[in-house]
Amino acid sequence: MSRQIPKQHKLLPDNQAWLLDALMASWPICFGYIPIGLALGVLASQAGIPAWAVAMMSVLVFAGSAQFICVAMLNAGSGIWPIIFTTFIINLRHFLMASAVAVYLGGLRKSFLSLFAYGITDESFAVNMTHFRKGNWDYQRAIAVNQLANTAWIVSTTCGAMIGQRIPIGAFGTDYALTAMFLALLLFQLRGRVFVLTGILALAIATAWYVLIPGNSYIIGSSVLAASLGFYCKRYRDKRK
Amino acid sequence: MSFWEYLFLFSAMGLVTFLPRWLPLIYLAHRDLPQWLIDWLSLIPIAILCSLLAPILFANQTTRSLELGKPELLVAIPTLLFAIKTKNLGATVLAGMALYWLFNFLYQ
Repeated sequence: MSRQIPKQHKLLPDNQAWLLDALMASWPICFGYIPIGLALGVLASQAGIPAWAVAMMSVLVFAGSAQFICVAMLNAGSGIWPIIFTTFIINLRHFLMASAVAVYLGGLRKSFLSLFAYGITDESFAVNMTHFRKGNWDYQRAIAVNQLANTAWIVSTTCGAMIGQRIPIGAFGTDYALTAMFLALLLFQLRGRVFVLTGILALAIATAWYVLIPGNSYIIGSSVLAASLGFYCKRYRDKRK
Repeated sequence: MSFWEYLFLFSAMGLVTFLPRWLPLIYLAHRDLPQWLIDWLSLIPIAILCSLLAPILFANQTTRSLELGKPELLVAIPTLLFAIKTKNLGATVLAGMALYWLFNFLYQ
């Protein structure tokens, strides 16, 4: 774990293939976004939110769970400040992801980093980190993954709002696409005992936290706690050697 | 709601979403991080993935209670085995979808 991570501000040598690589890496995300995005659009239209507003929300916010909660809160007659506050709390978890991905984006221009930050989601983060780890990735491919996923999200949510009625959303197991993707990415992350330990701790802590404490604090709480416990176990073991 | 009300709401939501994504990048990408922080951050992806998956696999998301033996969990086992065998993300996604669809088809 204590190996040096190279700073990858250089592009990969076979630069021609960047778009193809990004498409290959991001299609599971886009595929998973279609049923979720359609569902969000349908719910929004049933809540009386027009399709142009759904498109505007997907462009400006680009955060799936917060958008679902926004639609539910608007539908329940909530004021706008509680919605803004809830959005902030739900999306705080991206603070951790942006910190972790920053290790691979050292020294890049602030304009690039700002555009990149816009596209950090649970899904693009997980895919990009896996590829950065393998070493066959660069910032151009990473931001292409972000923006392809962003496009799929905007298109599918807007389409859902325009269709605006019940459609067979879960057809052919598409509602399992993102879960299956997370499972595979989780497996690819396991590079030693400390990672396995951290994963098991996170599963246990997050389940307990989710059941016991309302809201979405379990994501940040359990991630920080499990990573810290894993980190200290590794430290303790290294010191005893 | 009017156009301007929607614009205000979504801009504000966008801003509070963007800031936590942006600040660590701008701050951390331009300095040398201490090794302990790099080591700790290297454990964050696995921790976040497991935290996101935990309620999907182990909890009833309507009642927010522990539930073992959900279809999501049962399908996760062959999906993981498939991922170990193939090491292929795209194929695993398709296999997981097919298994989930098959499971619901057989048991509902």
